[in-house]
Amino acid sequence: MDINLKILRYNPETDRKGHWEEYSLDADPDERILDLLHKVKWFDDGSLAFRRSCAHGVCGSDAMVVNGENMLACQVLVKEVSNPIKIEPIRGLPVIKDLVVNMDSFFDSYKKVMPYLINEEEPGERERLQSPEDRDRFEDTTKCILCAACTTSCPVFWTADTYVGPAAIVNAHRFVFDSRDNASKQRLEILKDVNGAFRCRTAFNCTTACPRGIQVTKAIEDVKRETLTIN
Amino acid sequence: MKIIRHSFDGVIVGAGGAGLRAAIEAAPHMKLAVITKLYPTRSHTGAAQGGMSAALANVEEDNWNWHAFDTVKGSDYLADQPAVDILCKEAIDSVVELEHWGLPFSRLENGKIAQRRFGGHTVKEGEAPAFRACYAADRTGHMILQTLYQKCVSMGVTFFDEFQVLDIKIDDGVCKGVVAYEIATGDIHIFEARAVTFATGGFGKIYKVSSNAHSLTGDGPGILYQKGIPLEDMEFYQFHPTGIYRLGILLSEAARGEGGILRNKDGERFMERYAPSIKDLAPRDMVSRAIATEISEGNGAGPNNDFVYLDLTHLGAETIKQKLPDITDFVRTYVKIEPIDEPIPVQPTAHYAMGGIPTDVDARVLSDAQGSILPGVYSAGESACVSVHGANRLGTNSLLDIVVFGKRAGQSMVDYVSSTKPYSLSDNAAEDLKNKIVNFMEKEHDPNFSVPKIREELQDSMEENAKIFRSDETLTEQTKILSDLRDRYDNITISDKGKVFNTELLEAIELEYLLDMSDTTVASAQARKESRGAHSRVDHVERDDQNWLKHSFAFKNGDSVKLDYKDVELGNYEPKERKY
Repeated sequence: MDINLKILRYNPETDRKGHWEEYSLDADPDERILDLLHKVKWFDDGSLAFRRSCAHGVCGSDAMVVNGENMLACQVLVKEVSNPIKIEPIRGLPVIKDLVVNMDSFFDSYKKVMPYLINEEEPGERERLQSPEDRDRFEDTTKCILCAACTTSCPVFWTADTYVGPAAIVNAHRFVFDSRDNASKQRLEILKDVNGAFRCRTAFNCTTACPRGIQVTKAIEDVKRETLTIN
Repeated sequence: MKIIRHSFDGVIVGAGGAGLRAAIEAAPHMKLAVITKLYPTRSHTGAAQGGMSAALANVEEDNWNWHAFDTVKGSDYLADQPAVDILCKEAIDSVVELEHWGLPFSRLENGKIAQRRFGGHTVKEGEAPAFRACYAADRTGHMILQTLYQKCVSMGVTFFDEFQVLDIKIDDGVCKGVVAYEIATGDIHIFEARAVTFATGGFGKIYKVSSNAHSLTGDGPGILYQKGIPLEDMEFYQFHPTGIYRLGILLSEAARGEGGILRNKDGERFMERYAPSIKDLAPRDMVSRAIATEISEGNGAGPNNDFVYLDLTHLGAETIKQKLPDITDFVRTYVKIEPIDEPIPVQPTAHYAMGGIPTDVDARVLSDAQGSILPGVYSAGESACVSVHGANRLGTNSLLDIVVFGKRAGQSMVDYVSSTKPYSLSDNAAEDLKNKIVNFMEKEHDPNFSVPKIREELQDSMEENAKIFRSDETLTEQTKILSDLRDRYDNITISDKGKVFNTELLEAIELEYLLDMSDTTVASAQARKESRGAHSRVDHVERDDQNWLKHSFAFKNGDSVKLDYKDVELGNYEPKERKY
């Protein structure tokens, strides 16, 4: 089928600001959006810049805005979106070139919530025990691939980039509700802060955007509730 | 083009499981940098699904000797048995250590780590399939990658994200550092470091249908090969039996571990004919050959008879949801069918390089088949060949390999750094890379000599001539094709002349590594006149222990490949006929 692809291009070495460029392509309806970008890059304009690696929705490199919604370009097929297809970089982070944004502040926010297991007790020679029920409490948030689709879909984040954002809260949730972790209180103190979980206005954009199907807004609500248990 | 200098004791190239595990070991003892062309969490370890084997005996009686037996038999007796003993023995502590660092394994009712069955893993040396693979649903690799990265974050490990290492500096046989390209700026960075570990992963992109990420282009092996370091056992490339038809996206062996069945167009469970005792859980080389045979004999399904079915419909919605959520989502996303109700079209997909940079059990890189050590250079994970996988890797042993030998690489870096003094590198160290880049920038673009064209022909022809079944005829043909592609590569051009995020430039440089990987694969495969593990010669169908119980070492010799050989280290298990 014929596809009219519009890409928001920006090259810092030649452009003062972004501009739309159009490409006419022949595509199979079962192809991924990522395949279209590769067609442009490989057979039309080699300078088109975008991140990609695994091409099946697990590495989190290719989050972008397709027809107004955040998604992974490798996880959506041509037949699932309307034509013309408009592609822009994810919002709220500085654009480096074309569809590539600077991820520094995103990863800084992630690191702020201490995203690692903290337990000073001697664990012994074998594994710690954890019941399947305890394991299930944080199952959903272990799926995060740090693609930034949630955070950059959040209207609060667009206006206040000091907000840690949904992805950081999801990664805090993963440890706060892990029965093996002893540092929930410290994490929750961080998330009680003015730039923490209570900035969330439950717009649900993050939940819609998550390519891993994580109930992001629910995770944020869980964390908000949990902060009320600490003094 | 700016040139920026850094001074470290050690550098790790690649931030997948092996690189991160090495970093955790080395970082407390030296000034260390981890350099990755992606972000660490984008590494392909994250795509591994089914599990990581260790004889924890949480479900049934097990011990690491049985694991070692299975690994050696699975390798078609080409693995070095002392190395396999290390892998299987250290597996147990490695899993426990990951759990202590927070890895959210799936659990049994008693709270212990859950274990599942996997291809080629048995109890009592072949009696029955073993529950040995420790797992976290079907996203075990994701959890390992996340856990190791989280540990690195907690330790404050220094990362250079989206920097691509493109050169190593070895003077008088001694490693002095690496040279990298900063993707966001086009600047060149010289990293002084006397200990360098390559953990750059595999090179599945030499084939057209592959489970591998676009980033898997053999960078580490390519950089060293171009410096005269040999590559070991390159003829042994694993095709995973169950890639999604046409796309090659991996559907874990865990699907069969949980009871999934392969069927041909008539619905027949054909593995009963090929491996009567363990059937669908035979090792990957055998299952992939069985599928290829079914297809070539006209038993494949679909209008072109070119796939078979992976049938999960009898497992029930609950098992699928609990134990195989990700892979069934892939099927819904890319095939648009519901795997609870319908069988899935699959075909073998290029998956894993058993071969790679030769190392000893301490991850030290070997510079020849006689076992000479290249001081200061290490490799671990898929980029390395220890060899623990021999001619065919068992499922789950790669996630094990990255943590066991990643740790050993880190320890070796510590030993080396603590017993040596720093070297310095001058700005001249950047000269070779700078010239390479300037050459690309100055040469006018010619679409007839573009990266995608040559790469596509490479992938198509490797798929055609050097895949599951090979012969002298197909390999001779492929050698000719590779020589022609190499000639055209010498005139390759790019259109993007910019400095910022010039990934066309990087794809051009990576294509040379893909050509190197293909040359060595084909040359090693043509020389080995036997069939063993993943290397199946239709003109030499038997395994030949008399002449070929040895590892291949492929050296760069101008534009051709020179081969040497090293005997396999045997141990407890004498080579026997491999039946399942």
